[in-house]
Amino acid sequence: MATVTLENLKKSFGDTEVIHGVNMHIEDGEFVVIVGPSGCGKSTLLRMVAGLETVSAGTVKINDTPMNDTEPMDRDIAMVFQTYALYPHMSVFDNMAYSLKISRVPRAEIEARVAKAADMLELTPYLKRKPRQLSGGQRQRVAMGRAIVRKPAVFLFDEPLSNLDAKLRVQMRLEIKTLQRELGVTSLYVTHDQVEAMTLADRMIVMTAGVADQIGAPLEVYANPKTAFVAGFIGSPPTNFLDAAQFGGSPAPGTQVGIRPEHVRLTNGGASNLEARVVYAEPLGAETLVHLTTPDGSAITVRQDGALPVPEEGSSHGLHWDAEHEMRFSEAGQRI
Amino acid sequence: MEKRITFKGVWLPLALIAPQIVITAVFFFYPAGQAIWQSLFIPDPFGLSMTYVGLGNFEFLLSDPFYRASFVTTAIFSTLVTVVSMGVALFLAVLADRLIKGSGTYRTLLIWPYAVAPAVAGVLWLFMFNTRVGVITWYLGQLGYDWNHVLNENEAMGLVVVASAWGRISYNFLFFLAGLQAIPRSVIEAAAIDGARFWTRFRTIVFPLLSPITFFLLVVNVVYAFFETFGVIHTITSGGPQQATTILVYKVYSDGFVGQDLGSSAAQSVILLALVALLTVIQFKFIERRVHY
Ligand SMILES: Nc1ncnc2c1ncn2[C@@H]1O[C@H](COP(=O)(O)OP(=O)(O)O)[C@@H](O)[C@H]1O
Ligand SMILES: [Mg+2]
Repeated sequence: MATVTLENLKKSFGDTEVIHGVNMHIEDGEFVVIVGPSGCGKSTLLRMVAGLETVSAGTVKINDTPMNDTEPMDRDIAMVFQTYALYPHMSVFDNMAYSLKISRVPRAEIEARVAKAADMLELTPYLKRKPRQLSGGQRQRVAMGRAIVRKPAVFLFDEPLSNLDAKLRVQMRLEIKTLQRELGVTSLYVTHDQVEAMTLADRMIVMTAGVADQIGAPLEVYANPKTAFVAGFIGSPPTNFLDAAQFGGSPAPGTQVGIRPEHVRLTNGGASNLEARVVYAEPLGAETLVHLTTPDGSAITVRQDGALPVPEEGSSHGLHWDAEHEMRFSEAGQRI
Repeated sequence: MEKRITFKGVWLPLALIAPQIVITAVFFFYPAGQAIWQSLFIPDPFGLSMTYVGLGNFEFLLSDPFYRASFVTTAIFSTLVTVVSMGVALFLAVLADRLIKGSGTYRTLLIWPYAVAPAVAGVLWLFMFNTRVGVITWYLGQLGYDWNHVLNENEAMGLVVVASAWGRISYNFLFFLAGLQAIPRSVIEAAAIDGARFWTRFRTIVFPLLSPITFFLLVVNVVYAFFETFGVIHTITSGGPQQATTILVYKVYSDGFVGQDLGSSAAQSVILLALVALLTVIQFKFIERRVHY
């Protein structure tokens, strides 16, 4: 069991700094998800924890021991790669047993541990197969199996589900969560998919351009985003952003109002904050997404109950929201 | 589904493969056929008539101690050339793979020896090891070692092996490097995280994944050692001292063109041909099974 601490962690490739100082403390047994758009430095951060990438500045600590100069094999971690990185010339059994053989675990124990992991992951019928004879989902499980037989102190996952189809992704997401709960192993999980992050994480780190914008429990981050980026990235459909000037008062130039689609109502008469014209509506059954444009040309999306009538394209409506749901952001994107 | 291009008719496909067929026919089938034919005769000293002797040439050869010694020489020589050229190439490729950035220059430098004709390579090595004026001979002399491959059989063998292997290293290196770079980085990283250090990774992951390339190079290098090393041997030792470096292909030449025993020379070519065919079949049958594609 282990804790992981990142202290002002930085990474540069040549002259380009791609991670600009990340601080984080992961508790024992916690499931932390790093989420952010492609290229923001998630994998680089994870690889520094794994020891696959050197640390340019700052410290990686596992169980309060600095690990910067420790080789990956001496960090007591296991990692699941996006491409699975299975050993193509070895059977499923040998793939899972590889680390145990290297650390000279007795044969009987290797067999017992692999059998147990294979059973958990429903891989028992495939133990003799080579990776190329497996489906994508099965390969993913082998990669998971290889990580869990080792009983490491920390699991690292780098977008382990992004090569699976949508249905399998949802199923595996659930399995990973269950498995992690069962084993209680501290986990650091990287994804660009905010739904995955929301569902898996005890706490999540929202990253953009090498900076951790916000760290917190998923619902807390959702309800209370600290930056415009987080507000726009977490939640689907994303938060609407409107120029604050059109609501009167005299806000600082560039101030934006963020409002989540589910907090906006279409009104016909009665109090309204804004007039807007319907561009198109997407009835999804349980809910309807209505896309509108405001007089100043910004787009705004409203999420309403599927039971309500679907508004006609081209019709004009008043938009209303409660003041408590308004989130104001400075020009630099910081929450005011 | 792979998309296949098909040609209608007979003439276009024929025309397209014709150059290859013609080259193979003129430079392989025709001489091979002639060798088989000639191996059944003994020509008179003036080349005016031929006497049919059936398998006489073969019987004589197989009971000739010099010919049997040449078999052993060839086995030692080709094993050493293959092992040295592949071993050194693999070692260099592993080093180059670790510093991929610098490998552009490295690669270019290492390919140069391949562009040098075997005979020229032979002359280069001969100069360096010349018993009177060779640079390396002189340095060895300074160290108290008296190098003389003209008299010493082992030194002669060593020199032709090194000279032959040297020209092959760059070729093998390129294949090994390409093979190493084709191994996904993440697989190596996964092994590192699984606890494997450099040597364990090399033994259990890298080398097995390189096996198709190693196998290919093995076949190619053995064939090279059997045939194409002629130029090296001819320029450095001419098969000497005392036939110590007379490999089979050199014996074909020295018996046929120098000794003018055309019947025996033809029979030797046929044996050589059969031998290489046999070796290749064995390699495919027994070694290929252990290759992971
Ligand atoms: N080995 C490398 N050399 C140079 N730049 C790199 C290297 N690896 C990643 N980068 C750069 O670092 C940034 C972050 O990459 P990465 O961590 O892979 O992003 P993510 O995983 O979030 O998609 C990208 O701009 C990428 O181009
Ligand atoms: Mg990535």
